[in-house]
Amino acid sequence: MATKPVEQLDRVVIRFAGDSGDGMQLTGARFTSETALVGNDLSTLPDFPAEIRAPAGSLPGVSGFQIHFSDHDILTPGDAPNVLVAMNPAALKTNLRDLPKGGTLIVNHDAFTDRNLEKAGYDANPLEDGSLDAYHLHEVPLTSLTLEAVKDVDVTKREAERSKNMFALGLMSWLYHRPTEGTIEYIRRKFAKTQAIADANERAFKAGWAYGETSEDFAVTYEVKPATLRPGTYRNITGNQALALGLVAASVKSGLPVFLGAYPITPASALLEDLSRHKNFGIRTFQAEDEIAAIGAALGASFGGALGVCTSSGPGIVLKMETVGLAIALELPLVIVDVQRAGPSTGMPTKPEQADLLMVLFGRNSESPVPVVAASTPGGCFDAAVEACRIALKYRTPVFLLSDAYLANGSEPWLVPEVETLPDISIEFATEKNHDGEFWPYLRDPHTLARDWAIPGTPGLEHRIGGLEKHDGTGNVSYDPDNHDFMVRLRAQKVAGIDVPDLEVDDPDGAGLLVLGWGGTYGPIGAAARRVREAGGNVAHAHLTHLNPFPRNTRDVLQRYERVLVPEMNLGQLLKLVRAEFLVDAVGYNRVRGLPFRSDELADAIEGML
Amino acid sequence: MSGDELDAERGTTRPASGNGNGTAAVPLTAKDLKSDQEVRWCPGCGDYAVLAAVQSFMPELGIPRERIVFISGIGCAARFPYYMQTYGMHSIHGRAPAIATGLSASRPDLSVWVVTGDGDALSIGGNHLIHALRRNVNLKILLFNNQIYGLTKGQYSPTSPLGTLNRTTPMGSLDWPFNPISLAIGAEATFVARSIDTDRKHLTEVLRRASAHRGTAFVEIYQNCNVYNDGAFDAVREDKVNENRIPLAQGQPVRFGAQGEKGVVQRPDGTLAIVDVADVGEDALLMHDETLDDPAHAFALSRLAHTPTGPTPIGIFRAVERPVYDELMTDQLRAATEQKGAGDLDALLHAGDTWSVHS
Repeated sequence: MATKPVEQLDRVVIRFAGDSGDGMQLTGARFTSETALVGNDLSTLPDFPAEIRAPAGSLPGVSGFQIHFSDHDILTPGDAPNVLVAMNPAALKTNLRDLPKGGTLIVNHDAFTDRNLEKAGYDANPLEDGSLDAYHLHEVPLTSLTLEAVKDVDVTKREAERSKNMFALGLMSWLYHRPTEGTIEYIRRKFAKTQAIADANERAFKAGWAYGETSEDFAVTYEVKPATLRPGTYRNITGNQALALGLVAASVKSGLPVFLGAYPITPASALLEDLSRHKNFGIRTFQAEDEIAAIGAALGASFGGALGVCTSSGPGIVLKMETVGLAIALELPLVIVDVQRAGPSTGMPTKPEQADLLMVLFGRNSESPVPVVAASTPGGCFDAAVEACRIALKYRTPVFLLSDAYLANGSEPWLVPEVETLPDISIEFATEKNHDGEFWPYLRDPHTLARDWAIPGTPGLEHRIGGLEKHDGTGNVSYDPDNHDFMVRLRAQKVAGIDVPDLEVDDPDGAGLLVLGWGGTYGPIGAAARRVREAGGNVAHAHLTHLNPFPRNTRDVLQRYERVLVPEMNLGQLLKLVRAEFLVDAVGYNRVRGLPFRSDELADAIEGML
Repeated sequence: MSGDELDAERGTTRPASGNGNGTAAVPLTAKDLKSDQEVRWCPGCGDYAVLAAVQSFMPELGIPRERIVFISGIGCAARFPYYMQTYGMHSIHGRAPAIATGLSASRPDLSVWVVTGDGDALSIGGNHLIHALRRNVNLKILLFNNQIYGLTKGQYSPTSPLGTLNRTTPMGSLDWPFNPISLAIGAEATFVARSIDTDRKHLTEVLRRASAHRGTAFVEIYQNCNVYNDGAFDAVREDKVNENRIPLAQGQPVRFGAQGEKGVVQRPDGTLAIVDVADVGEDALLMHDETLDDPAHAFALSRLAHTPTGPTPIGIFRAVERPVYDELMTDQLRAATEQKGAGDLDALLHAGDTWSVHS
């Protein structure tokens, strides 16, 4: 392989696209693992249809996976690919518009049959009509080369064909100097039960590599040197994986067993799946009959002294609000994870949006304040989960933890934390009577306003709690007007007084414009700010991880800047809050396309305000 | 493994019970189970009788009161937990079985009771009820059936007979009612019984059996709402001569009447019929067997009276053994710990492909 010249690149964005049955997610995940082991910084974004198998070869059935890797610190999966691997005409058609002119295009020549062209809506074969002249086109007969490579293996023609994604992976691994051992080991492990299929995949993978080496079509290979990351141990992680690990860590650091109540829903199901594998941590997972039962069971477990958690997405969260209200009244810890997706109603289940903010803040009857924590990056989902649990336990309150489909499925290298550096979030249950020989369940810590929490099984502290208004202290049912006014204010005050870290501002140059974001837009906004600064502009970036209460210094930060831009994947929800809370004439940049922001569009929006 | 043992393994602090074996150190009395809250049901309500029966029988279970939890939803019956000097939660409409499921599954050391009504359990909470029953969670569910919405002042409920005239149905209700016993049996319940608020002896015996049952015990209690639906169960409740009460006794022929002159036989098609014993002879009578795994027998008995206006079976329809959800869940935790060792967070965080960056 050293016979071909090597070109150095500082970063590359590759998109794998094919039919949802072509194994593109697997191909992308393997390429990602190889890339992580090289030591590049990376960020990935899968883009797949909600249908498990849309009709083969159709436009809705196209599944994609984009990876951005580099020799320096990066923040997003990349605005546009440099390289597009298209396994069939439908994949070409749906993805070509994102490939800049001059980009590299690798297509499976064998898939461009009349029938597939027709399914993709092509009148003429784009490989023949000159419409791809502006790209570096590599036509590879992926299917026939795969069949040839595995002809001695005892598999059906269909099984042989299904190995073609491994051929593509082999070729791309050669082209970008990725290590192969991990993938070969993975193939052997994954198909351990069917040796012939393992053999077919391994041969296809190696054949793809060899094709790159020998084919004159590929004249150069590319190398991306390892990035300079903070020292430590890394692993590649998706937001959902990190969030699940954060919940396990919170269980260990609180000393309370997690009870997860959940009902399967895209894109949150992986949380239930992940946590169900950690029963040796004492974690109980309960797949409920519906979203309502899921949160009910979690709250019931909290009453019993567990760390009650439920995981869902917007369409499930709306069903849970009644129980969130009860948790507010009971003043029990509960963590409700909302992995946001595009709505309203069923919306676009696999696509990200951040339009649930006002729902989680206000979507309940009466005055019912709930703290809200939002994760900013895939790896940051870990810290956000621990933080949400900390607040829930310390203040005896339900807490919303917001993620989204972009964070949930996207991945990045994650600096694995040392267990001893994680915060101790343990709390004390009440074990003694607390008022003149009685136990008053609503007697509070004067600083946090958290009530005493006695769990069933504690002798002498038997008590009843419920959704009816109660007298502060005793917890006895009360319809007293003054008491109700007092309790409404007290519950609000408790949440308002939660200790949250100050808002940090990234402002190297003393800018006049602040970009204020929250949640999953951290990467694109950060990348846009860098882009603007590289072009000579001055811009500051602050990113909220706590949406209720806001950090104490939020007002000060906002008032330091002449102008404030709030980009959101909704129609201006944080914008409304900022304007209402702080009387700041902030401006929104709002797109709800079911896609993460591109850093170039945000850079344009920022530059438009400079 | 009990919840305590699991917690001990995880190094958490959870108070032990007064006596580790689930027996109160000092025997309780009914008075010990009365909270300091004034009972606020309407005078004459059937709920008083049920409360008294529960408070008086419970001490004999020997469970320390800190290990007893009552969970309710919304409705008149749902006030029940406030009056019990145990742990309790007055939750939200229909959700008590779900909340209790989470509590029971995570704390198998507790005795968890759900108090519900016909609207709470069968209307808004129908889904949670049937799933608790099929899972066989270790819950004791007491359904106070008064065939009316009392707390909202007298609208028809899912057990009200067709044509019920009241505030929301001035021309008569159009809904065919549920038969709670049939519903529970259809939902795979392992213990299904019916009793009557005012029959202290019978109710106590049924509660005793429900308490001893491993898994979900479902008890329908005919409960008179003397304000909005007075006399709904009189055919059975005020049946002094056993004209309409068909007592179900394990291993005994199903017969009733002042002198046992009436009985139940099974027709060739499997359905049941009420006959004069003199006409068919004692040997022809149906023998009651609550332990039959096949629910057909219990279900057929439940169909003898769709609404309690005539001869109606009272007692335990079904009591069978099936694995208990809470125990299965605990077993899985134990098996996972045996297979993989107790959770090691550091190892978990470092699992999979990792790489090191050196300074």
